[in-house]
Amino acid sequence: MQRIINFIIRNKNLLLYLFLFAISLAFTIQSHSYHQSKYFNSANSITGGIYNTSNSFSSYINLKKENEKLVQENMQLRNYLMNKEYNVEIPIDSTAFDSIFLDYTIIGSRIIKNSYSHLDNYITLNKGSEDGIKQDMGVVTPTGILGIVENTSKHFSRVQSVLNRKSNLNAKIKHTNNFGSLIWNTKDYNTVQLVDIPRRVKLKVGDTILTGASSSIFPENIPIGTIKAFDLNTSKSSYSIDITLFNDMSNIKNVYIINNKNRLEIEQLESETQNGD
Amino acid sequence: MATNLYFINIIRFIVLVIAQVLVCNRIGYMGFINPMIYILFIYWYPIKQNKSIFLIVAFLLGFTIDVFSDTLAFHTAATITIAFLRPSIMRFCFGVNYDFQNFKLTSVPRLQQIAYLAFLVFIHHTVFFLLEVFSFANYILILKKIFVVSSVSLVLCILFSSLFSVKKE
Repeated sequence: MQRIINFIIRNKNLLLYLFLFAISLAFTIQSHSYHQSKYFNSANSITGGIYNTSNSFSSYINLKKENEKLVQENMQLRNYLMNKEYNVEIPIDSTAFDSIFLDYTIIGSRIIKNSYSHLDNYITLNKGSEDGIKQDMGVVTPTGILGIVENTSKHFSRVQSVLNRKSNLNAKIKHTNNFGSLIWNTKDYNTVQLVDIPRRVKLKVGDTILTGASSSIFPENIPIGTIKAFDLNTSKSSYSIDITLFNDMSNIKNVYIINNKNRLEIEQLESETQNGD
Repeated sequence: MATNLYFINIIRFIVLVIAQVLVCNRIGYMGFINPMIYILFIYWYPIKQNKSIFLIVAFLLGFTIDVFSDTLAFHTAATITIAFLRPSIMRFCFGVNYDFQNFKLTSVPRLQQIAYLAFLVFIHHTVFFLLEVFSFANYILILKKIFVVSSVSLVLCILFSSLFSVKKE
């Protein structure tokens, strides 16, 4: 017994080191397989608060550029709205714009912490559960998609970016209904990969990629990017396509969070069907 | 003097964390180069202090950075590793001098200080990127990241350490 105690005292630093290392490894491994713990991330009140303060200074510098971007987007939307009589997809009745009748509602927000240089990137937004944001809502920018809300605190929320090894979104090629999964191979922050597009589909460099219909998170036809290069995969049965994102992932500020009102219903239905099998 | 020491280290901790998360984590040069300057805390930490407390402080430092940058616990693991290995690294770099009671970091030649810092940075980045990539399948990626980011971090750390050189300890 004496010797054991002596051993522990002699090697207390080594043991302490191993213990602390085990804790950090446990954190790492546990979060590799599951959502990161609820409080130890950049969306908690302290870290979010600090990012928010720093952001309120730095955002001032970019006001002009942001304004230009917003004007650009407003122009697009106005264009769409004024020509809506010619656009058969949108009903002309004004009640269509009442939020009760819409499938999707949109919450505007601002990025307070962006990240694109890691292998698993997360982005922090300045709106949280008090503003109606919940897990698994889609996040888009004026030009393209950004990611999915992973967890929220009261005033902040953390988004799993498309630049994340866990990210797997449904995407399709414009004007066809062939869809595949959008993943990221961690190489370049403005390029993502679309896999599982069957070989018989005709592709061209420059084709537009949109979000697909089989996701309950994003509405269909949100732009993602254009085809940069494509190649058959190792089994020669389907393509793997490099896509240049419309977003410049290193320079984004204003985002929109999309809430699909029918999501719960869709998921319930899907899980019931699965259970029935 | 003792309270002064605590004070300096607390200020250092806060300043380095803020500098790391608000400035260095946003550099993203070439898409992946985010130098880590908070290693300077381990570099500067007083030498003849309780080692267990040093380990715990290093754990807190890494953990704070991790929470800010959403990196699970990579920074924590890397930081406690260099904190634990620091005595061995110092003995390796400074030789017998290190065992003297009145050994000071400022009293050794500049080149030895840089070698010591280089070891800290290199070991830290190795552990960090091994954990981040978490598979040996991408060893090219790991090696690239370790070498490129280490060199940038090292240069920045040398610059900062000469800017705020420690005179008193």
